[in-house]
Amino acid sequence: MWRVLGLLAVLVSFDATAQTPVPYRIENGAIAQPLTGVKGDPAKGRAIVVERQKGLCLLCHSGPFPEERFQGDLAPSLVGTGSRLSEGEIRLRMVDSTKVNEKTIMPPYYKTEGLERVAANYKGKTLLSAQEIEDVIAFLVSLKDDTQK
Amino acid sequence: MNRLAYLVVIGIALPAFAQDARKSGFDFMGPDTQAMQKDDLANPGMLSVLEGEALWKANAGTSQKSCASCHDDATQSIKGVAARYPAFDETTQAPLDLAGRIIQCRTERQGAPAPQREGRELLALTSYVAHQSRDLPIAPPKDARLASTRAQGAALYSTRMGQLNFSCAQCHDDNAGGHLGAAPIPQAHPTGYPLYRLEWQALGSLQRRFRNCLSGMRAEPIAAGSKEAIALELFLMERAAGIHLETPAVRP
Repeated sequence: MWRVLGLLAVLVSFDATAQTPVPYRIENGAIAQPLTGVKGDPAKGRAIVVERQKGLCLLCHSGPFPEERFQGDLAPSLVGTGSRLSEGEIRLRMVDSTKVNEKTIMPPYYKTEGLERVAANYKGKTLLSAQEIEDVIAFLVSLKDDTQK
Repeated sequence: MNRLAYLVVIGIALPAFAQDARKSGFDFMGPDTQAMQKDDLANPGMLSVLEGEALWKANAGTSQKSCASCHDDATQSIKGVAARYPAFDETTQAPLDLAGRIIQCRTERQGAPAPQREGRELLALTSYVAHQSRDLPIAPPKDARLASTRAQGAALYSTRMGQLNFSCAQCHDDNAGGHLGAAPIPQAHPTGYPLYRLEWQALGSLQRRFRNCLSGMRAEPIAAGSKEAIALELFLMERAAGIHLETPAVRP
């Protein structure tokens, strides 16, 4: 009985999107410190960016993804993101872009409070987990202007 | 030289036509879908209109009266009505949408069971009634009793909602004309409801459209027929005042 409960507790604690976000510190328009202790994986990050039900990125952004049709045009291209912004600046924009521009349409990927009318099955969950965000950041940092094509 | 003169004339004439930047969703569609809407024989929404016409003429409920028994010829009596809804309802002392008015007529005057919101019968009757206002300008009533509900709708329209945290206004005002993935973002003028949406493979109400948008934003939906839904519709109709109705519209 206790073993089963213990296992459940482990499962719950690994479901990062269902947890309260870990605290982070914004300094000079950036979150310098990674959200997790595991280094982001750019290949996983790229997969999240192009997956429209998961990252949602290409609904608004275009980017260096020649295989992807119908990329959105509501937000700047992701080409050269790593040349324009530092890792910490990208992290802040992923976590809560309203901290950079209060009128932004970019969804907050790591926020559960201060949102209105969130559907029941998404309540209390972040859009991506801390690790997924680190993966996406690792990928975006790699998008330098000279490697865009 | 002639061509240059022509361009100059266009340059002078264009601003005169550019005063109203509002566009129906129709203007954002490809020519094939536009042609489908314009041809009554190809427009799949016309099937509901025809079904609605049959319902209009059929006796219903304990009264054994039809809509036509009281309203007679809809092409005359109901013309322009949809362009004025939602309206203030004296019985309930609250704003009521067109579908709500039909439900009220069905139950209270015809003694029939209440047709279900989004159900086939109500969609058919609503599209038949709204069709009688096709090509007429949207003309919201100047009724002060609607003002507070309309203001609630306006507030809702510009409130950030859902896990994705954006408002109706951010897409349909600030980014109309842009593309969300492949989909062009229209200005959200409710000009053709109930309308046939190719994505749904069905005719649906404005309130179904609200649900679609909100579930995309991962927000709690607005219940059909609720005060919130009517408030939002009131605001949108005011915002679209003067644009012509198209029911039944076809949309992608």
